[in-house]
Formats: sequence, structure tokens, C-alpha cells
Amino acid sequence: MGKTRSRSQRKGDRGTMLLLPTWLVLGGLLLLPLLILLGTSFHPPDDVGNPQAISNWSQFFHSGDWAHNYVQSVRPIYLRVAWRSLWLAAITTGLCLLIGYPVSFYIALIAPQRRKNLLLALAVIPFWTSFLIRISAWRIILQDRGALNALLLHLHLIYEPLRLMDTPLAVLIGLVYGELPFMILPVYASLEKLDRTLLEASSDLGASGRGTFWRVVWPLSMPGVAAGCVLVFIPGIGQFIVSDLLGGSRTMLLGNLVQNQYTSGRDKPLGAAIALELTAAVLAMLIAYAIAAKRRGMEVAL
Amino acid sequence: MDIAIDIRAVTKRFGEVTAPVTAVDNVSLSIGRGEFFSLLGPSGCGKTTLLRMLAGLEHPTSGSILLDGREMAGVPPHLRPVNLVFQHYALFPHLNVAKNVAFGLRYQGVARRDENARVAEALELVRLGGLENRRPDQLSGGQKQRVALARALVLKPKVLLLDEPLGALDQKLRKEMQVELKALQKRLGITFVFVTHDQDEALTMSDRIAVMNAGRVEQADAAATVFERPRTLFVAGFLGAANLIDGFIVRPEKLSLRLESAPEGGAFLSLPVTVEDRVYQGINTIWTVRLDDGKRLTICQQNTEPFDVHAGAAGEKRHVWWDKRHAVYLDEKGLDAG
Repeated sequence: MGKTRSRSQRKGDRGTMLLLPTWLVLGGLLLLPLLILLGTSFHPPDDVGNPQAISNWSQFFHSGDWAHNYVQSVRPIYLRVAWRSLWLAAITTGLCLLIGYPVSFYIALIAPQRRKNLLLALAVIPFWTSFLIRISAWRIILQDRGALNALLLHLHLIYEPLRLMDTPLAVLIGLVYGELPFMILPVYASLEKLDRTLLEASSDLGASGRGTFWRVVWPLSMPGVAAGCVLVFIPGIGQFIVSDLLGGSRTMLLGNLVQNQYTSGRDKPLGAAIALELTAAVLAMLIAYAIAAKRRGMEVAL
Repeated sequence: MDIAIDIRAVTKRFGEVTAPVTAVDNVSLSIGRGEFFSLLGPSGCGKTTLLRMLAGLEHPTSGSILLDGREMAGVPPHLRPVNLVFQHYALFPHLNVAKNVAFGLRYQGVARRDENARVAEALELVRLGGLENRRPDQLSGGQKQRVALARALVLKPKVLLLDEPLGALDQKLRKEMQVELKALQKRLGITFVFVTHDQDEALTMSDRIAVMNAGRVEQADAAATVFERPRTLFVAGFLGAANLIDGFIVRPEKLSLRLESAPEGGAFLSLPVTVEDRVYQGINTIWTVRLDDGKRLTICQQNTEPFDVHAGAAGEKRHVWWDKRHAVYLDEKGLDAG
């Protein structure tokens, strides 16, 4: 006779069993690499950039060598890169909101029912193409002899080609282009759920279209806007592909910095330290967002 | 009658050209200032659509609506002198009660510092003083309804439109609110246009009732008239029950069951019937009886005599009596001919 378990205990067991694969995946593919990274970040680099084995552990701890990489990571040149990444991600988020919100607004509240799905699909279809190819396409557009300059020259709007490639502006364009759907979709979801009678009530009580928007639609779309901003900002701050392809060596972001340390820079432990700092910062932002949202009674829908 | 609302030949069609739905069909009504006017009818009869056209949330396909003599075509809802109380209240979930009620005040030029006084006044009117800081999700159904009412009344409209506002309340609360609303209306002197599918409600509260069916107004009269002198079979059947006997209608409560037949030339008429069923309902007894030609009648008699279990068992013969004045005659088309 085995020990008996109550109904709720058995349900709990089943729940745990079903979550087991999730825990394995999260543990193996997420936690483990992070732990490896953490370990790497404390070691000094050897000649080829790999973490060097420690011979004398007590000396290693007492001399403070273990913090070497972290101390390195806050040197001014690296801080400039961090600041630039922050700025670029913030501006990208702002632009995505500016451009994306009206699009979501149109699809959710103005477009006729039968066209909504089509429009949403149009916003998402670009994802079916390789991201790399789409960003590379912007090179063709923005180059000195690229499509945009050719058009502007032809229309005699400019007389010399505009220097667009390899600038922060190009990176910005690429980022906004790539991240826009991540703003459009959550904002759309928020607006779609809006109770239309609230808009009617607002109108009935005397609010014009603008009044209704700012006093009813905008506040109630906040969860979607917040989610969209998070979904744009966080990948934005860790970007390295866009800055690599469109920004050249002039526009180095944190992502490129880490990537460099793992390749030509030959200092994997430093790269690991920077990557972890970035991860910690992002985590802190997410936690702050979750706390703020919960406190306002908003749903934390990511 | 001083006309507050003039509805002239208003029609509203929805849908594609190939499959149009006529929600409101050539309706003309005049609603007087200070009246409690109800639009009564079954689901889908067009009453809510008509109300929304008064509010400006829908536009008539043809015809015109005048409020206080002013043509309302092209006037958007936020510029109309009416306010609407929605069926499901439509309270703003992100604002507390005070801010909900104060919502429209700024469009009337009320200064911010005066808003609180006006809000308190409105909440007192609906007996919800003290709940200013609650949020809508912390309110009961009845409270939400009152907030919706206060939010409209605070703007001191000349006309208040109410779209089945009591529909979601339980019976007891509903009856209480009916009395309160009626008293409120009398006190404020505002014209109320009230949409409902509940005939008891309409009869309790209204000065006049327009009975609607499939987009048309079948009858618009004082409440008692609509009940006592229905002009069509539909109206007779919608407000209370109606027995159709050989070209005229008599209500069940106007019939009585006796052993003997009525004397000739008197005030009453009678017909022989066979009792089919009897249902005791406390205050009343409902009889189902059958005429010789097979037609069934329903009789609703108040139990004035002590209840006799054995009286009127199935199969027994009786006579059904009615006062001649209670017979409402219809012609073949089902319309009142006399």
C-alpha cells in the first residue's frame, strides 16, 4: 500500500510533470549559458582571448583580479558606446510609437472589418523574409549611389548625394523599419479590445474626436503602448546586426562591442562582462515595468 | 403640446444594397416637453435604433429629426442638447466615479473648481453621495446605473434618452428604480425618452407610449389608452394578453366565469365554454376555456372568493361573461375599426 495523496496533491503533481520540459529547456538553454557567461566574465583573458585557467585561487580572489573585466567595462570609451546604444534605442522606440500608433489606430478603429486581417498581415509579412536580407536592402537604398540618392538627384532636389550610409541615421532607419511591427501589434491588440460604447458615451457627453482620443482612447491603450515600447526598446538596445550592416565602424553599439570582443578584440571575458551588464540592466528595466504596471492595476501583457 | 422632439418620416436602412435591413420604417412621432415617453416593443423592433438616431449616433436614411425646432441632420452627438444613458452604462473604467460624472462638464464651460460641487449635486440626486472615489469595477450593477444617470443629469440636458437602463437589474431593484426614475423625471421636468421591451415598466412610468413592431409604430397614445384601447392585434397582445373572439378583443382580466349565461339586452355578453385548465396563482386564477368552435380563451380572475378546490374542474360547462364596453373591435386586417 503506497502512501495516498489527496486530489489537489495529485493535480499538483501533474502540473509539475507537465512543466518539466519547460524547466529543462529554460534551465539548459537559458540558465546554463548565462552561468557559463558569468563564470567567463570573472576570468582574465589569455593570449587568444579565452578565459584563462586560474592557478592560484586565493591570490585570485584577494588581489581583486576577479573584478578586472568589470572594472574595464566602465572605461569612458565603452561608456560612450553604452550611452549611444541607450539613446538610439530610445529614439527608435519614440519613432516606432509615432509611426506605429496611427497605423494600429487605423486598423483597429477605422478600417472596415473585412480589411483588418489583410492589413495586419501586411504588417507581419516582412517577417517571412530573412532579416539580414531586409536590412541589406537598405544599403542599396541608402548608398551614395543608391536608390534614394538617385531619385532625389533625378528630381533635382539635391545636387550632391546625401551621406546616409554608415551613419547613426542609417542605423536608426534600419532599427525603426525592423522593429515597427513589434509596436503595431500590441497597440492594435489594446485598441481592438476597446469598448466602442465608451467612445459613443464620450461623444454624447460633449467630447469632439480629439477630446475622445486623448481622454478615452489614449489612456485605455496604455497597456498596449507600454508593451510595444518594451518590445522595441529591449531588442533595440542589444542590436548589432543593423549597426553592423548600416552603421559601419562609426556607429558602434553595445552589441557590436560584445561581438568584437569575441572575435577581433580577443577578450572574451570582457565581452562576457559587458553582455551580462546589459542583461542585468534589461532585467532591471523589465522588473521596474512590471512593478509599475501592477501598481496601476494594468495587465502586464508581454 | 409644446414639442421637444419632432420625428418626421424617419427611416433607417442598414446593410448592403442586395440585402438591406429596414430597422426603422417611416416613423413619425412628436414628443412633448417634460413628457415621460416610452418606446416599447420586442427585440429588433427598431426602438433602440430610433433612440440612437435621436442621440446622433446613427443617421437617418431619410426623414428628419428636430430637437427644439432645430434640424439635427449633420449635427454630431457632442453638439446635441440631449444625453444618453447606455444599456450597459458605458462607464469609463480608467476614471473614478467623480471623474466619470464630471466628464462632460468642461465642454459646458464649467470651471474646474466648480466641478466638484456639480458632481456632488448630481450624485445626491441619484442617492450615491459619498462614492466619489470608487472605481466602476468596485460598484454593483445598481450603483453603476446610477452613476451613468448622474453623469448624464449633471449636464442638465433638456432631453434624456435612456436605452433599457434597468435591463440588467434584478426584479426588486428594477421596481425601486422605476419609481425613483419617475419621481426624478417629475421633479426635474426633463423630457425622458425611455426604451424598453417590458410592458409593465412602460405602463408604470410613462405618460405616453409608442408601441413599435418591425420598424413601425403601431400605436402612440397615453399609457392607459394603449392598454385599454389597443388599435392593433399586436398592441393588444404585447401589452397584457388578448383574447381574439370573432373580430374583437377582450383582455383576460375583463372576462369572468359564471354558471349561467348573461341576460339579453344587458350590459354584458356571454358565450358558453368548456373548462380545460385552471392554474392557481395566489392573487389570481388563470383559466383556460374552450369555446364551442374550438377556440381557446384565457381568463384571469382575481381570487375574491375563498378558494374552492372543486369549483371549475376540467370538462365542466360554464359561461364566460364580459362587459360590452371592454370589447375592442378590429376589422379583418387586425386594426381597430371602431
